[in-house]
Amino acid sequence: MIKAILIFNNHGKPRLIRFYQYFAEDMQQQIIRETFHLVSKRDDNVCNFLEGGSLIGGSDYKLIYRHYATLYFVFCVDSSESELGILDLIQVFVETLDKCFENVCELDLIFHMDKVHYILQEVVMGGMVLETNMNEIVAQVEMQNRMEKSEGGLSAAPARAVSAVKNMNLPEIPRNINIGDINIKVPSLSPF
Amino acid sequence: MALKIVKGSIDRMFDKNLQDLVRGIRNHKEDEAKYISTCIDEIKQELKQDNIAVKANAVCKLTYLQMLGYDVSWAAFNIVEVMSSSKFTFKRIGYLAASQCFHEGTDVIMLTTNQIRKDLSSPNQYDTGVALTGLSCFVTPDLARDLANDIMTLMSHTKPYIRKKAVLIMYKVFLKYPESLRPAFPRLKEKLEDPDPGVQSAAVNVICELARRNPKNYLSLAPLFFKLMTSSTNNWVLIKIIKLFGALTPLEPRLGKKLIEPLTNLIHSTSAMSLLYECVNTVIAVLISLSSGMPNHSASIQLCVQKLRILIEDSDQNCEPSVNACMKYLGLLAMSKILKTHPKSVQSHKDLILQCLDDKDESIRLRALDLLYGMVSKKNLMEIVKKLMLHVDKAEGTTYRDELLTKIIDICSQSNYQYITNFEWYISILVELTRLEGTRHGHLIASQMLDVAIRVKAIRGFAVAQMATLLDNAHLLTGNTQRNGICEVLYAAAWICGEFSEHLEDPKQTLEAMLRPKVATLPGHIQAVYVQNAAKLFATVLRSQESTPDTTAAQETSQLMIDRLPLFVQSANLEVQERASCILQLVKYIQKLQQKEVEVAEEVTALFAGELNPVAPKAQKKVPIPDGLDLDAWINEPPSESESEDEKPKAVFAKEEPKHTRSRHSEVDEKELARRREARKQEQANNPFYIKASPSSQKVYQDTPGVEHIPVVQIDLSVPLKVPGMPLSDQYLKMEEDRRQKEKDEKKKKEKKRKREKRARGRHVDSGPESEEDITPAHHVDIVTEEMPENALPSDEDEKDPNDPHKALDIDLDKPLTDSEKLPTRTHRSADVLKSPGGDGDGVSITGEPKKKTRKEKKEKKKAKDKERMRSAEDKKTKKKHKHDPEEEEANIHEVVTLVKADETQSTEPLPPSVSAGASDLDFWLTSDAAPSGIQEAVAATNTEMPTDADLGEVKDMEPEEMKSKHKKKKLKKEKEEMEKKKKKKRHHHHRSDRGEAESVQNGTMEEDDEEPLPPMSNYCLLAENAYVKMVYDIQGNLQDGSQVVVSIIFQNMSSSFLKSMEFNVLDSLNSKLQRPEGATPHDGLTVPFQLPPGVSNEARFVFSVQSIVMPQKLKGTLTFIVKSDDSSTHEKLDFKLHFTCTSYLITTPCYSDAYAKLLESGELKSSSLKLEGVTMPFHHLLARICFHHHFSVVERIDSCASMYSRSIQGHHVCLLVKTAAETVSIDAKCDELMLLENVLEEIKQTFSQS
Repeated sequence: MIKAILIFNNHGKPRLIRFYQYFAEDMQQQIIRETFHLVSKRDDNVCNFLEGGSLIGGSDYKLIYRHYATLYFVFCVDSSESELGILDLIQVFVETLDKCFENVCELDLIFHMDKVHYILQEVVMGGMVLETNMNEIVAQVEMQNRMEKSEGGLSAAPARAVSAVKNMNLPEIPRNINIGDINIKVPSLSPF
Repeated sequence: MALKIVKGSIDRMFDKNLQDLVRGIRNHKEDEAKYISTCIDEIKQELKQDNIAVKANAVCKLTYLQMLGYDVSWAAFNIVEVMSSSKFTFKRIGYLAASQCFHEGTDVIMLTTNQIRKDLSSPNQYDTGVALTGLSCFVTPDLARDLANDIMTLMSHTKPYIRKKAVLIMYKVFLKYPESLRPAFPRLKEKLEDPDPGVQSAAVNVICELARRNPKNYLSLAPLFFKLMTSSTNNWVLIKIIKLFGALTPLEPRLGKKLIEPLTNLIHSTSAMSLLYECVNTVIAVLISLSSGMPNHSASIQLCVQKLRILIEDSDQNCEPSVNACMKYLGLLAMSKILKTHPKSVQSHKDLILQCLDDKDESIRLRALDLLYGMVSKKNLMEIVKKLMLHVDKAEGTTYRDELLTKIIDICSQSNYQYITNFEWYISILVELTRLEGTRHGHLIASQMLDVAIRVKAIRGFAVAQMATLLDNAHLLTGNTQRNGICEVLYAAAWICGEFSEHLEDPKQTLEAMLRPKVATLPGHIQAVYVQNAAKLFATVLRSQESTPDTTAAQETSQLMIDRLPLFVQSANLEVQERASCILQLVKYIQKLQQKEVEVAEEVTALFAGELNPVAPKAQKKVPIPDGLDLDAWINEPPSESESEDEKPKAVFAKEEPKHTRSRHSEVDEKELARRREARKQEQANNPFYIKASPSSQKVYQDTPGVEHIPVVQIDLSVPLKVPGMPLSDQYLKMEEDRRQKEKDEKKKKEKKRKREKRARGRHVDSGPESEEDITPAHHVDIVTEEMPENALPSDEDEKDPNDPHKALDIDLDKPLTDSEKLPTRTHRSADVLKSPGGDGDGVSITGEPKKKTRKEKKEKKKAKDKERMRSAEDKKTKKKHKHDPEEEEANIHEVVTLVKADETQSTEPLPPSVSAGASDLDFWLTSDAAPSGIQEAVAATNTEMPTDADLGEVKDMEPEEMKSKHKKKKLKKEKEEMEKKKKKKRHHHHRSDRGEAESVQNGTMEEDDEEPLPPMSNYCLLAENAYVKMVYDIQGNLQDGSQVVVSIIFQNMSSSFLKSMEFNVLDSLNSKLQRPEGATPHDGLTVPFQLPPGVSNEARFVFSVQSIVMPQKLKGTLTFIVKSDDSSTHEKLDFKLHFTCTSYLITTPCYSDAYAKLLESGELKSSSLKLEGVTMPFHHLLARICFHHHFSVVERIDSCASMYSRSIQGHHVCLLVKTAAETVSIDAKCDELMLLENVLEEIKQTFSQS
């Protein structure tokens, strides 16, 4: 079982949090802080597994994470999950994001947290892995987006926000999360 | 109306959407909180509007704020509103928000049931999908119960997208509503073979998750999973299945054998590292399960370890460094799995593990530390700890250093200090650890110091000396405020110095050290201990000073106390203040007496006389509730609830009521009171926590001799304790090495001597390379075990988490469904439904089947009853404990039997046939290789012969008239069995084996009276023995229950000590299981319900349930017990292997010859045969042996030919035709189960080859 999925940036700012077990809001924030503290002090070339955030679960739980450019993707899982399997799953998730957002970057996650959630919902459900086939995930997400569009969407002027974002003067954040150069040789689970 | 809508949408133009909110927050970095609070105000306004789009937008923003840590539960109702919108866009927002912030405590959840149900049955698959996703996050027991049936229907939806979500969410439903597992399971199983790979994967996911917690219930699915494993191409599914197999193999070793080949294939064929690793992991699990007990497999384990070593050591240059690190980590992880069962194989790679401690990656270092814990032995402990101490010095981060510190202590103290040979060394390690700066674990070190000093009596002298030095140098520990954590050790130091002050070299100096003004800066609780122990020291000092003629010294000491104590009297800490002023007054009084030249030392010492004993941490919990104490009963009648004080204030003061209650209580009668008083006294005597008033009560601690009797170790003080430039513990390491070398040399010498003398001694001394046992401790050390209340309950329940939701899911899935178990469905309101809104079926079910709830209650009741029974039996036992006349002994046996029987009857409800069918299917699958053909001809061949013999049968009288009991042993046994018979009155058919033997003599034609008497025989064979205990056992089938056998074990105490707390445990296999009391896990042992005084033996019976009886089986088990002699007690264990032969499943059953003939004619029996050569014994002996050892009865005997019959507990008929001619015996046999027959014949062969 996956107990929680956290995405935060290099400064520990949460970009997406998804707990599959109830924690009160302040506890959630503490967990994020603790996890960030644990993960951020680690070199990029040490292993991607971490044992025991004391707040989230204890000894049966592991943190499995990947660091892409400015973002950390952290999955907190118990012993029923395969460590390398989850690493691959993170890869699948990020690649899916990349497809859905067309060259995903941190800004996409910041401004479209809801959409990221919807994509994640097609990958993991209630703490269990729902789908690992990227094409299937993307297809389902697009179908739902199309439905939303046919209903007229949430806001009358969806373009407004997007243009506003594009024109905003933001500190230089690497535009591309660049999945290419991560290219971890944990062989991707091709038949997904 | 139209205007309102227009106005609403115009307003909306100015509302912020999510993106605006995010941008706003980013632009207000300075006053983020303020900005957000204005935003929340806006959101609140938006939520008040009627427009659902506005609301949805607001809820969307709230979801974002929730991520930032804001509590948004106040909007829960609005979220429900948005969820119930008809538009998918809004619905999705609503469900997302709900999944982020709803939980079981959210009260509006109960409003959602119908909405969710509507969404689940929506024609739009994405509405359904969104509802399922949301529900998976916030499902509650109520929702689970109400929606279980709807979700189950969705499992067969036409769209795979819905099917896979429905399958997956079932796991959450099971967790919240365990009753749904059995009805839903068949469909879930079906989904394992769904055409859609996604659905299949989901089903595998759910079952793996279920099976992980309760693997044994899912063993029957193994063939299905096996098929999936060989056919699936989805790596995710494969990983899950392989992990599941890893959990199943320990339960069924045969499964492992089947797995090896496909796993090896996968290892060779896959390119996915994740899959490869899991394969390797499971192969390891298989090897472990296969090799336990079989030495030839340890070679393959060795190979695995070697491969893992390569994984850990090598780094692939082509890979990312982080991937190499991952592999290293996983290699260590896999090694720790092997370590648990094959420590020796891993121990040889100590160098590599120690090397990993230097890794820059903390995860890897921690893994390595974990491994080290399991790798220590008596031999290498000191060396490993030395390495760790070096790392402690080097470690920069405090967290890692603290981790090291706790590991060092864990390693040393594990299993009751098993590996420590030199406690002086350990004390010095602890002292060295106190020099760590800024550690949080001061209290841990302190508790270790206390524990060792209290429990290892021999070390007290040394410990006290060290502690005195610590106290002397207390300024080193307290000087820096940063070192606060470590000052805890002073607590231990002060206490040890005070309590064991008789060992102090110079108590006066220590006393002074404890009364330094600087002490006042320590935390209050430490000061309090200082003050108290200063008083103890004072007593010791007084005593030594009064024995000298110079009285001024004693008075000076009193003066010192009087001078220093006022400092503590002023302490802000109440505890310190109170103790200090108490002791100050006391000392003042003593001083007065001293001035009158009265000797006071004796009296002062008496204040602190007596010894404190270590008490086990769980002792308090384990004190059984004494008979007659009902904790739920009111001590005083409760005031009746209906009248509150406001209404009838007078009633409280009215005289009537209290009088009434009191008189009622006095009616309880004096006898009862006296009895209770007696019981309480009894209880107090057994209760280590009860502080007795009279000094004589100290005698209760029989095994604690006074202080004078403590064996004081001769410490060679000529050895300088401190060597400049070399830490103390290192020196011990060297000393230890020298000592061991010396010992070795001595041993060799002795060995030579012995060889020269060539005297055969009883004890065998291994002269090979130094083994674990050869290392003798430096001193004779006697580790006192922690005390437990005398008749502590043998419960391990405290280790289980009662809140674990998975416990409720431990449900037998093979039993057929009963009507009452159907999931509640929503029907149109009928009278029935109105009566039972939950649909639980209360009052609805007509079938009268036990309902879930009542069943639970019953279970609980049963449990309580059972406990009571156990308790009463145990109580009786304790009363009888020290008498050993035979009658008593027999009564004991009697009791044991009833106990076991009681367990048996209540824990085994008759199993429906499908269970055994399912299990035998699995058995068949696991052993499918053995299916011989061409039996038919053989049957035909023997068929012609057998009936002719049977025809001649005239012997009808099967009941033996005269029972010549020939051997005392048998007589004893018979008595026991008689007793057993009384208990099982219905067992008419059960013929005891010795009777069967009598029959054999009698049933034969009885020609020769000159036949030699039979040699003595006993069915009890040796199970295991060591210096303390010997176990012999016999296995008998239970005719009444085809799935049970009773194992009778006679325990004999071989030592001169008292054996107690015997616990019998067996590693269950799939096929045979020890029947444990309800609620016990398969790992719990059964307490042997008696204790054994020296030389005494006693019998206990254990019931096992077996499923398939066609194959013999061996079960490994352990007996643990406490050996208690006059001055010490040790924990010991004895491993054994229970051999369930096929014979033990046979029951001697008489058979009339015509019935026998019919049976053989029926042609349903398969046949086999056996030839025994060189059998010299007389034929009747041979028959008697078969009857006795293999539970057969003779149907008929003519000259050198006899037909015999037996029946298995599961009703298989076994027929033998035994013929003998010139030292050759041929046995033709028939049975309806060939495998059983062949195994029985094999066993008969063995019986005769042994003799």
